[in-house]
Amino acid sequence: MSVTVRIPTILRTYTGGQAEVSAEGATLSEVISDLEKNHTGIAARVLDDQGKLRRFVNVYVNDDDVRFEQGLETATPDGAGISIIPAVAGG
Amino acid sequence: MRRKGLASMAVQTVATSTDPSAVDLGPAAALSCRECGHRVPLGPVFACEECFGPLEIAYDFSAYDTEELRKRIEAGPANIWRYAPLLPVPADVATKPNLNPGWTKLVQADHLAGELGVETGKLFVKDDSGNPTHSFKDRVVAQALEAARAFGFTTLSCSSTGNLAGAVGAAAARAGLRSCVFIPHDLEQGKVVMAAIYGGELVGIEGNYDDVNRFCSELIGDPAGEGWGFVNVNLRPYYAEGSKTLAYEICEQLGWRLPDQIVVPIASGSQLTKVDKGLQELVKLGLVEDRPYKIFGAQAKGCSPVSTAFKAGHDVVRPQKPDTIAKSLAIGNPADGPYVLDIARRTGGAVEDVTDEQVVDAIKLLARTEGIFAETAGGVTVGVTKKLIEDGLLDPSLTTVVLNTGDGLKTLDAVAGTGLTATIRPTLDSFREAGLA
Repeated sequence: MSVTVRIPTILRTYTGGQAEVSAEGATLSEVISDLEKNHTGIAARVLDDQGKLRRFVNVYVNDDDVRFEQGLETATPDGAGISIIPAVAGG
Repeated sequence: MRRKGLASMAVQTVATSTDPSAVDLGPAAALSCRECGHRVPLGPVFACEECFGPLEIAYDFSAYDTEELRKRIEAGPANIWRYAPLLPVPADVATKPNLNPGWTKLVQADHLAGELGVETGKLFVKDDSGNPTHSFKDRVVAQALEAARAFGFTTLSCSSTGNLAGAVGAAAARAGLRSCVFIPHDLEQGKVVMAAIYGGELVGIEGNYDDVNRFCSELIGDPAGEGWGFVNVNLRPYYAEGSKTLAYEICEQLGWRLPDQIVVPIASGSQLTKVDKGLQELVKLGLVEDRPYKIFGAQAKGCSPVSTAFKAGHDVVRPQKPDTIAKSLAIGNPADGPYVLDIARRTGGAVEDVTDEQVVDAIKLLARTEGIFAETAGGVTVGVTKKLIEDGLLDPSLTTVVLNTGDGLKTLDAVAGTGLTATIRPTLDSFREAGLA
């Protein structure tokens, strides 16, 4: 499964400044592993020491927040758009 | 490979390059990650490069003498700038064009106290509907505006549940900046008008607040968003500090004393965490006596991710899809939720929620007893206060402050149906027949 991942500014040092990169994987977990292969260090910024999504990171597969889906096991269909976004407060 | 520092990345969101050492934001010394403590220079960044945790302002208050500071504050203007020495703003902030919010009334609410079973003289409402755009948001936007000036932004923007949109529009108008703000498309009409009237661009997003927030976060990383200061995203560390002024004012208005109990609404949770930070700072600076206080969080049941986590004993907050009339609190994925849980537990407070029906009843109760017309968020805090007293969680014999963060004129729909007592002919007989004599 080939997907497109939007990279937040804070992580673009790992992608050579690219705001969007391609990755492979049938689940979000696999996509993050694939990102790590090509952009070493990025997984440790998104996942904590236990391998879970850090609590201040929001990830969307297409328009769905993965915390409402299956978390890291959320399916990433071919052509999906994935967004990694720092959580922000507001109102 | 060693990663580049945040300062270099920050340039991507700045209109004109800014030397961090040249930024004058008063006592603000650096940005510090609330999660891991990682420090970076002052800049328009909001998330830690190490762990994505929220960055907040680290201050240098070491030069202050307590009594000199107290005198300086008391001699200051009747707005938030009396606390400029404790905020991330330049010393001459009061001379710049801004809305000068704050120093709102702390109303001794004896009639409400009587209805709720609280001792006379112990219950107060901090009425922030008295701010220039009729909500507490003017406090936070005023901080973000100074940061925007410092970093050279020319457009002020935000994601908003309504109140913030108006506050940003007005502040930008006063400061002579462009504004372009984003709101959920289905907001209350009053809030739409109050945001649009200032002449900036107002964009409805097809989705809820969390969708708007996500959009703005993506816009910041895109060339289309360059030169934009999003008050509650890339300027968030500065913006959030404005809520400390609620704590400062409450303590000063109580005679430089901490309240025993305080009830704060929760949307993102930022306000509650900064009220706590403000109280802690006053203690550390010696401006108030160090004594225990309890902080209570208030949510609407239709968007209650934090109270749900609190009651379940969890330390993480599971997001919810909001469905409540309290739209200014309708943030289903509250970024500061875990900190709210920490603070409520640390201080011995609680987080509670009320139904929309209870919110409306509480709006009417506050209006009827104290002459304060609160927006739905104020109905939430008053409703939760009533519930906490009934459940024995809030002590009616202690000094308690309830926040009303906005004006009821913004959410007239919530109390639709409130209207005429009677319609009569213009005669005394008709007046008497209607039982009005």
